[in-house]
Amino acid sequence: MPARRLSIVLAEDSLLLREGLASILDRAGHEVRDTVGDADTLLAVVRKEPPDVVITDVRMPPGHSDEGLRAAAAIRAELPGIGILVLSQYVADAYLSSLLETTTGGIGYLLKDRVGHVTEFLASLDRVADGGTVVDPEVVRQLLARRRDDGPLAALTPRELEVLALMAEGRVNASIAEQLVVSEAAVRKHVGNIFAKLQLDDGRDRRVSAVLTYLRG
Amino acid sequence: MERPNTAWTALSSKRYLVSSWPWRSYAYLLSSVPVGLLTITLLVGAAALCALLSPILIGILLMASVPLVGVAIGVVERWRVRLVVPAGVPSPHAAIPGGYTRRARITFRRRERASMRALGYGVLLGLFIWPLSALFGGLSAMVLGITVATPVIASFEEVGMGPWILDTTSEGIIFLVAFGPPWYIVSSYIVGALAAAEAELAKAMLGPREEELRRNVAELRRSRLDLVDAFETERVRIERHLHDGVQQRLVGLTMTLGLAELDLPEGEGRRLVVKAHGEAEAALADLREAVRGIHPRVLVDHGLEAAVREVADRSPLPVSVRMSLPQRFPTPIEAAAYFVVSEALGNVAKHAQASRCEVEGWVSGDKLVVTITDDGVGGASLEGTSGTGLTGLVTRLDALGGTLDLSSPPGGPTRLRMECPCRLDD
Repeated sequence: MPARRLSIVLAEDSLLLREGLASILDRAGHEVRDTVGDADTLLAVVRKEPPDVVITDVRMPPGHSDEGLRAAAAIRAELPGIGILVLSQYVADAYLSSLLETTTGGIGYLLKDRVGHVTEFLASLDRVADGGTVVDPEVVRQLLARRRDDGPLAALTPRELEVLALMAEGRVNASIAEQLVVSEAAVRKHVGNIFAKLQLDDGRDRRVSAVLTYLRG
Repeated sequence: MERPNTAWTALSSKRYLVSSWPWRSYAYLLSSVPVGLLTITLLVGAAALCALLSPILIGILLMASVPLVGVAIGVVERWRVRLVVPAGVPSPHAAIPGGYTRRARITFRRRERASMRALGYGVLLGLFIWPLSALFGGLSAMVLGITVATPVIASFEEVGMGPWILDTTSEGIIFLVAFGPPWYIVSSYIVGALAAAEAELAKAMLGPREEELRRNVAELRRSRLDLVDAFETERVRIERHLHDGVQQRLVGLTMTLGLAELDLPEGEGRRLVVKAHGEAEAALADLREAVRGIHPRVLVDHGLEAAVREVADRSPLPVSVRMSLPQRFPTPIEAAAYFVVSEALGNVAKHAQASRCEVEGWVSGDKLVVTITDDGVGGASLEGTSGTGLTGLVTRLDALGGTLDLSSPPGGPTRLRMECPCRLDD
């Protein structure tokens, strides 16, 4: 059973995936309040009665382009309290950038394959609902390949970059320590160094800021 | 021996008199008589019909379709002129664009200037050309015929030839030998020159003018562009088809398998389901890769720069991307540029032994310029096995009016430069 029962609006134009997702969420004890097939209906439903989390596909009718992303941006602007989890078929970070342009926290971008790893998917969903940022490991891997020589991340050591990448996936220190096979204290030290090198203030959610710095390059 | 290809070169040839050219010239001149008579009958008939019916609307409508008679005359005359212009005269008419109804096709033809020109030629043919041809060709043929027949005729009755009277076969033979050859020589040149002049006129009036040739070239370019455009549209359609069909189904499959894993107890069954799940994910990854090679979605949604950044990110060596593109470009142009970068980066990774690579893109005047530079070993060429993908792209760029240049001295650096007009029409 999940930490808490979330009320969810699901936007996905493929009936097959809509039902698959709904059954996974159902089993996990969440309430799938509405399922919709296009961005306009999504906005209407969310405005009428805001849910805890919106899960949306990127590509939806009528244009089959990035309607889902635009709807997500609109929801974020109007109702910042709602967590948004975007499901996508694209690794390209151009989609991610447009999602992260205006927002901090409570946001996720996952490849659709990830849904099949049910436990991890549900954990990501909880993180988004709690205001965390979750980015698909595949996308993170690609981003990691890019930012080597310039930008604010140049000051970080390879190990610190690794830690930051795992933070971007939405992991907590314990999970990062487990992944890298080091102690949690060592991870805390790395995280502290990252915050210092990126010159992040104490007051804000530094974890989110660090991830955003990372993702924006 | 080389065959002369116009009547004029045939005339200046030493072998003119023993070639088939004099006879071709006769055939050309004499065949103009029936064609000319038919033409003038048709034209006068059409004019009369129009005049007769002009009080009612149909006469005026008929008048508009008279140029079509010109089209028919042109067809017959271009065929006939092959007698003295073996290479033939190309048709000046434009290709009728596809998808026209019968009515629209007729309208298209009768409005062409070439049709009016052919009609004008028809009038000349009907009024002047055939009488002139008949006079010279007919007269000279008749004299030649009688000369040849003189020995036979003279054996039956007296033949008066100017001051002479021939009344025996032998006198006839003497006349034939004395008068025949000179007459054949003189008349052959006269008839040949006349046929050549008429053929020249037909060529000028029934052949394509320069602007018509230019227009045909423009049409070809247009249809090639249409083809490239259709090709790209089709790729976008295939991509969408894969995305909405197979990809969704595979994702659905991974979800179902994921749920099954949760329910199954540890054991062989669960191990197999986990394996199946992994295979389904691998298939999905492969499919994603294939779709990217067909037409990457990010190119449609976010344009060239985002798509190039993505392909650069996937490259095993560090690639820096510097692009300043103020606007989006038509789909076939973006696609061509994207695939040039994608192919080039693939080649750099495979063959160049480079440590880094740089992709730049900018607009210069009305051209999109993209360069890919690496610090590898050089010695690359657009031909050969390493560049097969690029050779296909050269063809594609060519249709868009663009170029691809490669500079790759041994030892490097290698620089590939693509230039392409920013717009599809010109």
